[in-house]
Amino acid sequence: MKNAQVVIIGGGPAGMSAAVAAKEAGAERVMVIERDSSLGGILQQCIHNGFGLHKFGEELTGPEYAERYEKLVSDAGIEFLTDTMVTDLSRDRVVTCVNGNGCMQIKADAVVLAMGCRERPRGALNVPGERPAGVITAGTAQKFVNMKGYLPGKKIVILGSGDIGLIMARRMTLEGVEVKAVCEIMEDSGGLTRNIVQCLRDFEIPLKLHHTVTEIHGKERVEGVTVTEVDDKLNPVRGTEEYISCDTLMLSVGLIPENELSKKAEIKMDLKTKGPVIGEFKQTEVPGIFACGNVVKVHELVDFVSDEGEIAGRNAARFALGKDLEAGEKGKKHVTEKKGVKNLAPEGEPVVICTVCPVGCKITVTSPEKEGEEFKTEGNTCSRGRAYAIKEVTSPERTLTTVMRCGDGTMVPVKTDRPIPKDKIFECMKIINEKTLMLPIKLGDIIIEKIGETEANVVCSKSLS
Amino acid sequence: MYKAAIIGAGVVGGMTARRLSAYDMSIAILEKEADVAMGQSKANSGIVHAGFDPKPGSLKAVLNVEGNRLMEKTCAELGVGYRKNGALIVAFNDEDMKNLGILYERGAENGVEGLKLLDGDQARKMEKNLSKSVRGALYAPTSGVVCPYELTIEAVGNAMDNGAELYRNFKVCDIKKEAHGFIIEAEDGRIIESEYVINCAGIYSDKIASMVGDDSFTVTPRAGEYMLLDKEAGYLTDATIFKVPDHMGKGVLATKTVDGNILLGPTSVDREDKEDCKVTAGGLAVVKEKEMRFFDEVPFDKVITQFTGLRAHGDKGDFIINSPVKGFINAAGIESPGLTSAPAIAVKIEKLLLESGMHVSLKENYNPCRKKRVVFSRCSPEEKNRLIKENSDYGQIICRCEEVTKAEILDAIRTNPGAVDVDGIKRRTRSGMGRCQGGFCMPGVLEILAEELKKAPEEITKKGGDSKILFGRLKAGEKK
Ligand SMILES: Cc1cc2nc3c(=O)[nH]c(=O)nc-3n(C[C@H](O)[C@H](O)[C@H](O)COP(=O)(O)OP(=O)(O)OC[C@H]3O[C@@H](n4cnc5c(N)ncnc54)[C@H](O)[C@@H]3O)c2cc1C
Ligand SMILES: Cc1cc2nc3c(=O)[nH]c(=O)nc-3n(C[C@H](O)[C@H](O)[C@H](O)COP(=O)(O)OP(=O)(O)OC[C@H]3O[C@@H](n4cnc5c(N)ncnc54)[C@H](O)[C@@H]3O)c2cc1C
Repeated sequence: MKNAQVVIIGGGPAGMSAAVAAKEAGAERVMVIERDSSLGGILQQCIHNGFGLHKFGEELTGPEYAERYEKLVSDAGIEFLTDTMVTDLSRDRVVTCVNGNGCMQIKADAVVLAMGCRERPRGALNVPGERPAGVITAGTAQKFVNMKGYLPGKKIVILGSGDIGLIMARRMTLEGVEVKAVCEIMEDSGGLTRNIVQCLRDFEIPLKLHHTVTEIHGKERVEGVTVTEVDDKLNPVRGTEEYISCDTLMLSVGLIPENELSKKAEIKMDLKTKGPVIGEFKQTEVPGIFACGNVVKVHELVDFVSDEGEIAGRNAARFALGKDLEAGEKGKKHVTEKKGVKNLAPEGEPVVICTVCPVGCKITVTSPEKEGEEFKTEGNTCSRGRAYAIKEVTSPERTLTTVMRCGDGTMVPVKTDRPIPKDKIFECMKIINEKTLMLPIKLGDIIIEKIGETEANVVCSKSLS
Repeated sequence: MYKAAIIGAGVVGGMTARRLSAYDMSIAILEKEADVAMGQSKANSGIVHAGFDPKPGSLKAVLNVEGNRLMEKTCAELGVGYRKNGALIVAFNDEDMKNLGILYERGAENGVEGLKLLDGDQARKMEKNLSKSVRGALYAPTSGVVCPYELTIEAVGNAMDNGAELYRNFKVCDIKKEAHGFIIEAEDGRIIESEYVINCAGIYSDKIASMVGDDSFTVTPRAGEYMLLDKEAGYLTDATIFKVPDHMGKGVLATKTVDGNILLGPTSVDREDKEDCKVTAGGLAVVKEKEMRFFDEVPFDKVITQFTGLRAHGDKGDFIINSPVKGFINAAGIESPGLTSAPAIAVKIEKLLLESGMHVSLKENYNPCRKKRVVFSRCSPEEKNRLIKENSDYGQIICRCEEVTKAEILDAIRTNPGAVDVDGIKRRTRSGMGRCQGGFCMPGVLEILAEELKKAPEEITKKGGDSKILFGRLKAGEKK
């Protein structure tokens, strides 16, 4: 049996930041075990931007955020095993894992659980109807589109308006797919307001609140769904059924922490969050086993996951070294971003939710009455917000993120290095789609200069070789 | 010209093919779907019934009890999971208690061994989660569980190993009787000739019979809807729990499958359409309501999937096993306890054929056993290590919920009858059957299928026909 001071299970953002912190805190033998073929976790398929606003003060794409941490991990000389799945964990911290070389057991002085979460499948939702192909979870669809380069549908209805559902609505639209509707059973969307604006409103995708899918039609492939309004108790209201023809039903109905291993080690679980019960040191009730990130509870923002990972990693190292545990910085408060449509003004009204920083001010813009006069803004707390709001009502701009294909089939995530006019999005997509890439390629490499007569370059957002 | 053509690759067709493959004869198995076990044999309760239920003297009664006796050995030979978990038929009121007594008598008459009447406390001692309102129970220790599609797949596979041929996507649409046998035509124009024909076509067995002029019976699809719970709910019960039938009918059951999941259901409602496998909100509500009588608490939040099976309900009240035309044999209207009875039905069909003058001799090299599939997740760390050292594909876990490796998936494609679609992999390996229901492993399974079958990923289907998963590649503008 091998030995290690700190073994980290899962190489997503939580695991990577835990590893770096453990090393910094003095642990020599730190080891990250990841079942995927690279580090980065779910971030690798989240090619959109919106990561790192809190941590780095800039908007990064998922792969970019991941690459920053991958660099920290390799700079610190931390050992990591990819294509390796942990299949068992015991209370006395024996980690069993499997890869192409064999089945291996490692005795760890401390363990950090960072396995992330998984999507809720349809069965758990009891959607009646047939069982055809074409019912897919948003995360699986995201993997097909962004990582494998395949289209899982052409006309889709999305059930669930959390961020993943919203992001995928835009993503599919950009690839020429018709998103017929996003249905949300609750009275408001749980997604960030900025995502409702940029993923749905920008593309005029209807958001049907208080609606759910009550039947799936089609024997072999989905042919349509019945969408029905629900009452306050969330029961379908008879007579409100609407048939929407589509070939795909995409489910974005929530994530559940991935805790098969925690259960094997009989770690006490929180019935509400479905993750292990942890204290201020991010330690579970089993001494020496720590947990952070989505395995504890589903986090909306990766930045907080990284913070949590640091505390868990540091304490795992301290535990391994026989030192007292330390809580995280006190008073470090996370700003919560605005969620749902309730913050939005009705379409057409000059109210803007600022996305410059996470505060998300609600800014009203009044156009000048006479020529020469300035715009009036109300509700902004800084000048950047004012500038953003005026831009948003006069000539809105968006950063475009998508993927490009390489000759060998690899998909490369790319983005515009600055926002482009919103009405140029599809024109730019067309230009991007016509080009094929060659490996190797580095993060930041310019692929297309000044795309579509804009000021923006299309740059690569992940290094691949 | 084949000696025998078996129409339908369900458990009855599979068991029959296996039985006949012991003889020196050519056998064709004709199946309308892309894979075997796509009919009733895929979606049922998986109970190896003890045999107290059918009317004494009926074919159902005789073949059930006989099938039950044969099942353990059959499963052992085929390497199929089987567990004799016993059944408790529970009673709640006076009417139930009376019916329990009748059932006990009937069981004894049918030759069911070991039946015992229990009071409520004795029943709760066996299954501690049973409701306080259970007043009595009939205990049937010979009742078991088996994985029905696994049994079907391995039976067909064993027949194939012994020389039988499987024709997939062969939807029989016409049968002509000639002097020396039958000409069987498929919808796509393929034609097969065979001296003998055995009709094991499940809910379509009436249609097949009428192709040779036998219109003496009809088969109606009778739907049964189910909920399947995560293995985490496995504590609920180990034995199969039935409600004793009353004036309202048979009621639902709760059981722990061979794989450790809890299965709740089925309902029983006739449907118009023989292809209508819809799950309905109403049906699921009925299952829920009825299950709540068995236990004080049922963890419905652990539901991972629901499904519907269609029973081939014949209008004769019993299995229809006969020979309406010389050389043509019906195994029709095989509803419950058809799974249990299948090994005995196969023996009965064999007898009918031999009696009708079929001249064949036993093969010398017939092998009733199959190589057991490796189930990586159940191996010890040492065994796992050994497997990976021999074949590194065992080190690549594709399905994280059920811990299924690439090697097992490849094996499912390569072993008779090979899987050709995503659901086929699922039934053979459990990949995609766990709590995330394929969300994680499906892209990986799809790629392995494409690679191994030398197809493009967009050609791979979920379950044959038009059930494509992908709509082509992204970036259509890409120049080729
Ligand atoms: C579609 C989507 C969109 C998002 N959008 C945003 C956004 O715009 N902005 C933002 O800030 N955040 C966003 N998030 C949230 C953010 O991505 C997550 O909070 C973060 O990735 C969680 O990190 P984690 O390390 O806990 O989990 P993960 O990233 O899921 O990493 C867990 C890792 O553990 C590995 N693993 C699991 N089990 C095992 C095992 N047994 N053995 C070995 N390895 C194992 C997995 O393979 C995985 O790599 C989004 C999330 C999703 C899913
Ligand atoms: C809800 C439910 C619960 C049940 N529970 C139990 C139980 O607990 N215990 C038990 O013992 N039994 C049970 N049964 C009964 C059992 O499942 C069946 O008796 C058994 O599976 C019958 O097998 P089969 O091969 O006759 O039919 P099937 O499995 O239906 O096979 C028939 C095959 O014929 C094929 N076919 C049809 N038409 C054509 C054609 N024209 N050309 C070519 N092929 C064709 C079909 O595709 C199918 O594969 C249950 C049944 C149902 C539906």
